[in-house]
Amino acid sequence: MIRVSVDPAPIELAVEVAALEERGAGGIATFTGVVRGDDGVTALELEHYPGMTEQALIAIAEAATERWSLLGVTMVHRVGVMLPGERIVFIGTAAHHRREALDACAYLIDRLKTDAPFWKREQTGEDARWVEARAGDVEASGRWNEAENQPFSD
Amino acid sequence: MDLLYFAWVRERIGTGQEQRDPPEAVVNVADLIDWLATLSPGHAEAMAEPARLRAAIDQKFVALDAPLGSAREVAIFPPVTGG
Repeated sequence: MIRVSVDPAPIELAVEVAALEERGAGGIATFTGVVRGDDGVTALELEHYPGMTEQALIAIAEAATERWSLLGVTMVHRVGVMLPGERIVFIGTAAHHRREALDACAYLIDRLKTDAPFWKREQTGEDARWVEARAGDVEASGRWNEAENQPFSD
Repeated sequence: MDLLYFAWVRERIGTGQEQRDPPEAVVNVADLIDWLATLSPGHAEAMAEPARLRAAIDQKFVALDAPLGSAREVAIFPPVTGG
């Protein structure tokens, strides 16, 4: 019921959602991250730590299945070069009820941001720069430690 | 031990992977960073600000004061920015 993928191939939403629907869930929640084209960004390159990345995603997914009653978890992250408008990450959860699916989906993307070894490099015309980590991402991930049963209390 | 570098750490050093045998006095990740900084101008540039670095020992995130123990693979990289 856990599917983790780190792949240069485009993310196929319909395929991923259909696989979650086959789990017999009453609710499917999904998050899709898309490469932004603001600030003149012409391309985004994703580097990762092969081997560790997959283990980290599985660990995050397993933590979610211990915390919520889930029928399916999907975490797909693209790597390599992608263009504005292309999907970079897909998170999907299947559960009997919406609350589990929605909370687990938010947890998974928040944790992925701080606990999985990916690095973004933005290309803007001829210039390229590594994206700096955001303090807000650490806060968003950390809130799941503080409020065990009230994930949205802040 | 096998050393892996990612993102701008890799670019500054000029390679993503190398094998090194640090001296016995190098007992934790912070010591390793200080020692690596002495190896070449590229290493020195990559390791110049330890506060901007993160590490993993045998593919688990660790703090910079984590002991190296019998680590086989140590990775040094900037804070992660996926998703």
